[in-house]
Amino acid sequence: MTLLKFEMKRNRTSLAVWAAAIALLLMICLIIFPDMKDQVNELNAAFSSMGGFTQAFGMDRLNFGELMGFYGLECGNILGIGGAFFAAYIGITALADEEKNHTAEYLFTHPVSRSRIVFEKLLRILLQIFILNAVCILTALIVTAAIGEKFQMNEFLLLHLAYLLLQTEIAAVCFCISAFLRKSGIGIGLGLAAFLYFLNIIANITEDAEWLKYITPFGYAEAADILTNAEISPAPAAVGCAVTAAGIAAAFFKYCRKDIY
Amino acid sequence: MDIITTEHLTKSYGRNRGISDLNLSVREGEFYGFIGPNGAGKSTTIRLLLGLIHPTSGKASIMNMDVQKNKREILENTGYIPSEAMFYSGTTVSEILNLSAKLRRKNCREESRRLCERLQLDPGQKTDELSLGNRKKVSIVSALQHSPKLYIFDEPTSGLDPLIQKEFFEILKERRAGGATIFLSSHILSEVQRYCSRAAVIREGRLIACGDIADLARTNARRVTLALPDSTLFLKQLREQAEQTGGHKGVHRGPEIRDLKIEGSSVSFLYQGDMKELVEFLTQIAFTDITITEPDLNEIFMHFYE
Repeated sequence: MTLLKFEMKRNRTSLAVWAAAIALLLMICLIIFPDMKDQVNELNAAFSSMGGFTQAFGMDRLNFGELMGFYGLECGNILGIGGAFFAAYIGITALADEEKNHTAEYLFTHPVSRSRIVFEKLLRILLQIFILNAVCILTALIVTAAIGEKFQMNEFLLLHLAYLLLQTEIAAVCFCISAFLRKSGIGIGLGLAAFLYFLNIIANITEDAEWLKYITPFGYAEAADILTNAEISPAPAAVGCAVTAAGIAAAFFKYCRKDIY
Repeated sequence: MDIITTEHLTKSYGRNRGISDLNLSVREGEFYGFIGPNGAGKSTTIRLLLGLIHPTSGKASIMNMDVQKNKREILENTGYIPSEAMFYSGTTVSEILNLSAKLRRKNCREESRRLCERLQLDPGQKTDELSLGNRKKVSIVSALQHSPKLYIFDEPTSGLDPLIQKEFFEILKERRAGGATIFLSSHILSEVQRYCSRAAVIREGRLIACGDIADLARTNARRVTLALPDSTLFLKQLREQAEQTGGHKGVHRGPEIRDLKIEGSSVSFLYQGDMKELVEFLTQIAFTDITITEPDLNEIFMHFYE
């Protein structure tokens, strides 16, 4: 696990910055929750009269006056978008950066198989995603205790499990794309994450486009669905897991056969 | 015993040239030079040997092992210096050297310290702040610290100052005395002439010459330098001579005159052919001074590049 340790150490600042930024935003949102709760009637009225936007963000099904409703909407969007961008970034740069930065000739002339290198890089991505989510979960739990509130633990954990799956899927797809690239793909990665997020908004607005929930991982990570049904939609989640597995397999297949310059 | 062998090794890049039908053999313990102009296919050959890229056809083996199938075993006993040495940003020299040692599962601390000292490399330096020469030094230490059997170098001295170059070749001499094989790709022909026992010349992806350096350098060509009162007249006579013999610029029916240089009243050219014909020709020339010397390896090999 030499490469894993080296990459974890080398990327620790980047992980710390992303985790701190997302956790800080979560913290700010949770700190203002008690004030928001006092204005629950006005807020619910305001949010339910925003036409398409109300549905787009699932605000028609979430109660802003309850901690889980508020957390699912506000904090869910922060961790959903922030985590997706982070996953896309670390996934898309993992393999392509070796050739882009001309470090491939150094790394791949050591007696380590390519599959081992791909495996350790993948493990680093998963570990970073796990750490980011752990920091966010701990921050949420600590701040909630500090403001004298309590989560419904089952829904809270389901929500975070969905975000973990979402980030893993986006990272796996970007990791796969990265195996094909020789130049920077950051634009592609971040663009893909944003595109998938907007697909879910479209799916929320129009019933005809509900099938999009099977394409975008934001579909099964929709807080309104998870909190209403107390489960992650199994079918879209299964599609997501299959996409994750296929992305990882394709990355291994391509990179182990690729000409490296 | 051959340590590197390639048989009809070919790498095509569609319309772009790669290498074609390359047959090489490097014996164990040799200091082997690999010469060719830019884009000739030197780096492509080296990448194929290291298993970084896959051949279109043909095969390559190192230490009697196929470079594609036994990559790991081969790389355990190989040290490589790329022409462009780049390292991970945000790291230090010692982190890069440690990573290299750990990936080889060897403790190279003592040898690494010794090499850094000899090459005047500070292990605490940040890789982002390294000059070209210092990046090359990191690459050298990384390739040498595990004391492999085979060294593959792609332009290893570019960016190094003359003193460090000297020290680098001293280290290589020691390694060679210990039985190691060195495969050196270089533009610097004097470097190849001084250190290599055999060499191969590659041009446009094809091997055009290989053998002992002494044989490759053996020539009856001479560098003729004349001091002339009128170089225009001389050039006219030279053209007439070339027309008579049909030997100017590489047509091999008679003597060959190439690499003509005119500097003021001095004219210099490489002459290859019958010395009597040269003397007869020179009797017709009104020169004021003449020197005839053996050409150096650069001059001999230059036609391979043209």
